[in-house]
Amino acid sequence: MYGRGLRALSISTVAVMALALALVFFWAPLEAEQGFLQKIFYVHVPLAIVSLCGFVAGGLLAIQHLRTRDPRWDMRSYVAIHMSLIFGVATLITGSIWAKGSWGHWWVWDEPTLVSFLIVFLLYATYQPLRFAIEDPERQSRYASVFAITAGAFVPLNFIAVRASTAYVHPRVLGATSNLPWQMSLTFLVSLTAMTLLFVTMCKYELTAKHTRAQLRALRRLADRRSGTASPAPRSGRSAAPSVHATAMTAPPGQGPKAR
Amino acid sequence: MRRTVGALLRKELLVELRTLESVPGMSLFAVTTFVVFHFALHRNSVDGDLAAGILWVTLLFAAILGINRLFVADADQGGFDAFLLAPVERSALLFAKAITLLAYLVVLELIAVPAFGLLLLGPSLGHALPGLIGVLALGDLGVAAIGTLVAALTVRTRARDLLGPLLALPLLVPVVIGGARASSPLLALGHTGAPAARWLLTLGLYDLVFGLIAYALFDFLLED
Repeated sequence: MYGRGLRALSISTVAVMALALALVFFWAPLEAEQGFLQKIFYVHVPLAIVSLCGFVAGGLLAIQHLRTRDPRWDMRSYVAIHMSLIFGVATLITGSIWAKGSWGHWWVWDEPTLVSFLIVFLLYATYQPLRFAIEDPERQSRYASVFAITAGAFVPLNFIAVRASTAYVHPRVLGATSNLPWQMSLTFLVSLTAMTLLFVTMCKYELTAKHTRAQLRALRRLADRRSGTASPAPRSGRSAAPSVHATAMTAPPGQGPKAR
Repeated sequence: MRRTVGALLRKELLVELRTLESVPGMSLFAVTTFVVFHFALHRNSVDGDLAAGILWVTLLFAAILGINRLFVADADQGGFDAFLLAPVERSALLFAKAITLLAYLVVLELIAVPAFGLLLLGPSLGHALPGLIGVLALGDLGVAAIGTLVAALTVRTRARDLLGPLLALPLLVPVVIGGARASSPLLALGHTGAPAARWLLTLGLYDLVFGLIAYALFDFLLED
């Protein structure tokens, strides 16, 4: 059930991604001051926006988890934050390259967006260590949700504080798209769509993979029990990822597996 | 509710008075850090941005010492279980702990700020004091709210001594930004003007948002 629509989603992601790259390299006009370097804008900015939205979405999914106590929401929140962290690394790297190219330094402190992104990234980097440090799975998911909500509220607040504190030099994108030539804004919007699709597809892949693995493990245990061989001891290793329990298979649809 | 908070607060302060586990350590840490800054920066006196930065970093790190210890006795000696057995609202514990942390911070500042004026600050402390008290109070509220939440979140994890500061530091960056920028004109040579309103506004907004978030989420940390 997790894999449904995965193929269509993947194909459309690849198609929109290809379209976005084609527009970026062959159609969008060169920027007067920065030249070819400015093309990284079509990668860096969508990455940053998608990853921040992913962090906030992780918080919203965590609210849903605390309200319903359904571990599937915790899994979604985990996957959203996990994926956003990966996109976050990519954002920091592309941002650094852009900064080096246009200002001559790998890191620029008087650029509020980059700095606040780093703070947010450092905060979310503690999400998995926090999960990993709690052994009881039910408490792990509950505490992780509390963290995800707090951090999700921190994202916009942090941007306000950092932006207020620094001189403004960053090429502001949102709210100033009207200053761009329309070819550039259109290319940017297509890139943003492509990046969002990529994020959603990757999340769906991770969810499907985790679910499939849990089902496989349950089936294997079932087969072992049928054939009379002693089932191997359940995995004792702790994990930062929320566990999908084997009972998910036998639970009636619409009723989430209970963690305990 | 008020009676519960009062009783818990009395217990917290009594325990602290008898064991002296947190506040003396925090204050000593702050004073030692000023000495370290003197040698590390090779400066006999500081003012302006530098002074504000040193003061806030020191207070923040000292606060983290207190945050780390805030729930340790409850987690290790069954305080949580006893509290959960009592038929009282759970947020009472949040309020009591946050007020306790606030009291720790106030005592810490009563010692650390005069020590800072004595050891490192170039301009006289007297002129800065009225404004500084206001800025510190706003900052303390935010530290108390987020500190209590982080302390409750990390106390029952393995490696809690590590996770507490790791979580608290990035969350408290806006407090440092607002606090340091607001107090820097107060600590400048010649005492150039009052803190800009937007820093006080940032601090106030932070206090409000994270106060509400801590209130909304604290119950979920106390379920087992």
